[in-house]
Amino acid sequence: MASGQQWVLVEMVQAFYEAPAYHLILEGILILWIIRLLFSKTYKLQERSDLTEKEKEELIEEWQPEPLVPPVSKDHPSLNYDVVTGPPSHKIIVNGKECINFASFNFLGLLDNERVKKQALSSLKKYGVGTCGPRGFYGTFDVHLELEDRLAKFMRTEEAIIYSYGFATIASAVPAYSKRGDIVFVDEAACFSIQKGLQASRSFIKYFKHNDMEDLERLLKEQEVEDQKNPRKARVTRRFIVVEGLYINTGDVCPLPELVKLKYKYKVRIFLEESMSFGVLGDHGRGVTEHFGVNIDDIDLISANMENALASIGGFCCGRSFVIDHQRLSGQGYCFSASLPPMLAAAAIEGLNIMEEDPDIFTVLREKCNRVHRALQGIPGLKVIGEPLTPALHLQLETSTGSRDADTKTLRAVVEYCMDRGVALTQARYLDKEEKFLPPPTIRVVVTVEQSREEIDTAASLIREAALEILK
Amino acid sequence: MSASSAAKWANGEAHHCAPNCAKPEKNAFWKNNRDCCFLDEQVHHGACNGGLYRRPFKESFEETPMLVAVFTYLGYGILTIFGYLRDFLREWKIEKCHIAREREEQKDFVPLYQDFENFYTRNLYMRIRDSWNRPICSVPGAKVDIVERVSHNYNWTFDYSGKVVKEVINMGSYNYLGFAENTGPCAEAAAEAAAKYGVGVSSTRQEMGNLSRHEELEKLVAKFLGVESAMTFGMGFATNSMNIPALAGKGCLILSDELNHASLVLGARLSGSTIRVFKHNNMQSLEKLLREAIVHGQPRTRRPWRKILILVEGIYSMEGSIVRLPEVIALKKKYKAYLYLDEAHSIGALGPWGRGVVDYFGLNPSDVDVMMGTFTKSFGAAGGYIGGKKVLIDYLRTHSHSAVYATSMSPPVVEQIITSMKCIMGEDGTTVGRERVQQLAANTSYFRRHLQDMGFIIYGNHDSPVVPLMLYMPAKIGAFGREMLQRNIAVVVVGFPATPIIESRARFCVSAAHTRAMLDMALSTISEVGDLLQLKYSRCRTVPSLDRPFDETTYEETEE
Repeated sequence: MASGQQWVLVEMVQAFYEAPAYHLILEGILILWIIRLLFSKTYKLQERSDLTEKEKEELIEEWQPEPLVPPVSKDHPSLNYDVVTGPPSHKIIVNGKECINFASFNFLGLLDNERVKKQALSSLKKYGVGTCGPRGFYGTFDVHLELEDRLAKFMRTEEAIIYSYGFATIASAVPAYSKRGDIVFVDEAACFSIQKGLQASRSFIKYFKHNDMEDLERLLKEQEVEDQKNPRKARVTRRFIVVEGLYINTGDVCPLPELVKLKYKYKVRIFLEESMSFGVLGDHGRGVTEHFGVNIDDIDLISANMENALASIGGFCCGRSFVIDHQRLSGQGYCFSASLPPMLAAAAIEGLNIMEEDPDIFTVLREKCNRVHRALQGIPGLKVIGEPLTPALHLQLETSTGSRDADTKTLRAVVEYCMDRGVALTQARYLDKEEKFLPPPTIRVVVTVEQSREEIDTAASLIREAALEILK
Repeated sequence: MSASSAAKWANGEAHHCAPNCAKPEKNAFWKNNRDCCFLDEQVHHGACNGGLYRRPFKESFEETPMLVAVFTYLGYGILTIFGYLRDFLREWKIEKCHIAREREEQKDFVPLYQDFENFYTRNLYMRIRDSWNRPICSVPGAKVDIVERVSHNYNWTFDYSGKVVKEVINMGSYNYLGFAENTGPCAEAAAEAAAKYGVGVSSTRQEMGNLSRHEELEKLVAKFLGVESAMTFGMGFATNSMNIPALAGKGCLILSDELNHASLVLGARLSGSTIRVFKHNNMQSLEKLLREAIVHGQPRTRRPWRKILILVEGIYSMEGSIVRLPEVIALKKKYKAYLYLDEAHSIGALGPWGRGVVDYFGLNPSDVDVMMGTFTKSFGAAGGYIGGKKVLIDYLRTHSHSAVYATSMSPPVVEQIITSMKCIMGEDGTTVGRERVQQLAANTSYFRRHLQDMGFIIYGNHDSPVVPLMLYMPAKIGAFGREMLQRNIAVVVVGFPATPIIESRARFCVSAAHTRAMLDMALSTISEVGDLLQLKYSRCRTVPSLDRPFDETTYEETEE
C-alpha cells in the first residue's frame, strides 16, 4: 500500500508541474467546491432511501440469514479422523491397530529420538511449557535466540527468525514484503500456506505452470512490456517469485538454477518454501540450494517448518539480515502470536545437533526414498507421482472415474486395506473449494529413515495387493 | 462444580436479563463512556444497566488532558524533525549508519522497502528498542530472570553481558492464573507426555496427526465451556485467521470491533466477506450498522446479506475493557446475526468459575455462536480452540484450514492444557484452581484500585486483569520501561502503532501468582517512577470507593 501511495504522490507532483495554467485554475475552483460541499449540509447515502421506520422494521423482521454453517453429512470423507493412540512414531497404533508408519512427515525419525526428548524434558524443567507472551513482551527466551542462531549457522545465512506455527511462517512472510500493487509470480502447485500468504498480501498474483520455466519467462516478459509502458510505476512495483523447494503436492524439485538466472535477468526476488526439502535434500540437509549447489545468498528468503524433518513444532525463515530483520516488526504471525514453547525450541536445537553430527542420515534417507520409489513402480491402476529423491510420494489413480468422490472412496479403500494389514498410509487432504488448482486425489506415502528394507518391501507388496484387490 | 452445573446456573441468569435489553433506547444512556470521572460513571451504569448486568459495569477511559496531548504531539514533532535531520546526516555519511544494506548484486532491483516505510522504525522505535524483546531465561511466572543486554551503539545491536537480572517481578506476561510453572502437576503431566510421545506430531489432524489425547482435550474444552463440542488448534493466532474464512465468505458481512486483534482482522480479510467496523464496545454503533446492513442489503446488487457475523473480544488486550456481552447478545438475537467471541485474554481470567466473559456476565454459552479462545494465557500452554454447536464443529473439522494443512498440537502442550483446565474445573480433586481464579479477581481489584488512588490514568474495566496505565508521551515509553526494570520490575510498554499515536501506555497483567507483597512492591515502585516521570495525570482523584467491598468476598454473592 505504501509503495502505491508514494507513486501516486510522485505522479501528482509531476503532473502539477506539467499542467497548463487554466488547468490549475480549474482545479483550484474544484477544490474550493469540494470544501464547500464538505462544510455545507452533510448527507448520507443511506438516508436517501425513503423507507419509513415501519418498513425498515419489516425488512429487519423478514430477513432470514443462512445458517452459520451448512450441515455436514455423517459420511463426509473427512469428518471422522483416524485416531492415533500412543506416539505417532515409526510403530503407530491407528484405530486400534499397530502399523508401520508411512504417513507422518517424520523423515529423520527424530520424533521419538531419546536425545531430543531428553533435551525437551530438561528445557521443560527449566522453563515450563508456555511462554505466556509474544516475542516482544517477555516471550523471548534465551532458547529462541539460540535456535535462531543455530538455524542461521546451519543454513549458512546471516539471520533466521522463528515462528510458533509452521503454517504461519510463509503465510506471514509473504505479506510482510509484498503489498498491494506488487506482483508475485507463483507456481501453480504451490502449497496452501503460500496461497494464503498471497491472499493476505493483496498483491497481483500471476500463476505459472508447474515447474515450467518457459511459462514463467513468458509472464516475466509480459510484465517487462507492461513496465516499459509505465516506467514510473515499474520503479516502485516489487516483484517476487514464490516457489517450493520440493513440492508437497507433486513431489518434485523446483529448477532452482534456472530460477536464479531468471531472477537476475528480470530483477525479481525469489522466496523459497522448503518445508519438504529442509533436512532432506543436499549432503548436509540444507535443502534445495545445497542440492543444486546454488549460492544461498542468491535466494532472498527461505522459509521452512520445523514440523517435518526436525519433528518439533513451528517454522523459520532465513536469509540476509537486510531481508529477515524486517519480519520482526512486520511478520504478523511473529509479532502478534505467543512465541514457541521453549521445550519445542530445545527439541529443534537437539535435532539440528543430530543433523550436524551425522550427515550420513541424509544419504540413508535418499537411499530409502529411491527404494520406495522403485518398489512402487508398476502397480496396476496406480501411478507414482514424485521424483525418486522425494520422501513424500503420491499414488494417483491411473485412470480417474471422473468423479472426485468416487476416486477418493476407492483410494480410501486402498488405505484401509493396508491399514488393516499393518501399514499406515493416509490420503493427501485438500480443501476442494479453497485450493486454487486442486490436485487430484492421491494416497500419500512418506519415507523415513526408520523404515527397514523389509518394511518397505512389505508395504510395497501390500499396496500392490490392495490395488489388485480393489482396483481390478 | 462441574461445567453443567455452571451452565445451568448461567442459564437462569440469562433468562431474566435478556429480554430487557432489546430496546434500542436503552443504549442512549451510556453513550459517553469516555467520560472523565469515575464517580460520575458509577452513577451512570448503576442506574441504567441494572437490568442487564448483575454487577455494576464500571469501565473508564479518562479523557486525555489537553496539555498532555499538546506536549505529546510536540514530542512526536521534535522526534520527526530530528529523524529527518539524522537521515540527512546518514545520507551524507556524516553519521555512521547501522542499517543492513541491500547486497551489491541486487542494488538495481526495485527496493524491497520504501524509504519512508522504515522512518518510524529507524528514528523513533530504535531509540527505545531496549524496552521490547527482552530475553528471559526462566519460567515466565510471577518472578522472572532477565538476560542482561547492553548496547554500545544506541540500540542498533545488543550484546549479552552474560549476566542475568534475577527475580524481577513480572507484570508483563499473560500468566493470569499462574499456570506458567516448571513444577507441579501440569509440568509433570507435560513431561510424562513428552517422554512418551515426543514433542512433535509431523502430520495434520486430517491425515495421521489426530491423537486420542487431542480428542480427549476437545471433549474437556467443550465441557469446560459448557458447549456441545469443541475443536483445538496449534496456534491461537491461526485459530482466528484460519477458521473465520471457513465461517464467512463472499456475500457475508462481518462487523468487527475497531480494536480487534490482528488475527481477527486477518481472518476477516481472508474470508472475502465485506467488513465493517464499529466503534470500540459501542453498542449504538453496532446496532446502527446492523440495521443499515439488513435494510440496505449488499452494496450495488442490493441482495440481502447471506449472513452477518459479529466479531468481538472478551477482554481487549490494549484497553483492558470487557465486551458488553449482554447487549451484544441482545442485538445479535434481535437482528439474527451470529456472534464470534474471541476469549484470548478472558478465558480463565474472568468469571467466578474462570469460564471467561460468558461466565462473568452469567450468560448462557449457547447464546454465543462461536466461542474462541487461546491456551497461551491462562493455561500456560499454546494454541487455541473453538467451541460451539456440534454442527459448527463438525463443519470446522471438515473445512478448517488448520485441520487440513497445519501440523496438530504438540502432545506435551496438550497435556499441560488438560491438567491446568481440570485444575480450574476442580476435577483434580483440589480447590487450587478455584482459589487461583478468586486470587486473580482479588489481585486485580487491589492493583487497579491502588493505581487509581495514586492518580494515574488507568483504562478499562474494573474487573479486567489487563491494566493499561497511560504514559502518552513518546519519551516516557522508554523511560518508564527502563526505570521500572532498574527497580526490578518487568513491564510492557506500548506505543504507536499498537495504540493511537498519542495514547502510549504501559500495560500490566495481573496474575494469580502475584503475592500481595509483590503487588505492593510493584505499586510503590510504579508510584515512585510515576512521580519521577510525572505520570499522575488523572484530574479526578476519587476517594477510595466504599461501595465496593473488595477482594476475596467479591464473588461470594454469586453462590446461591
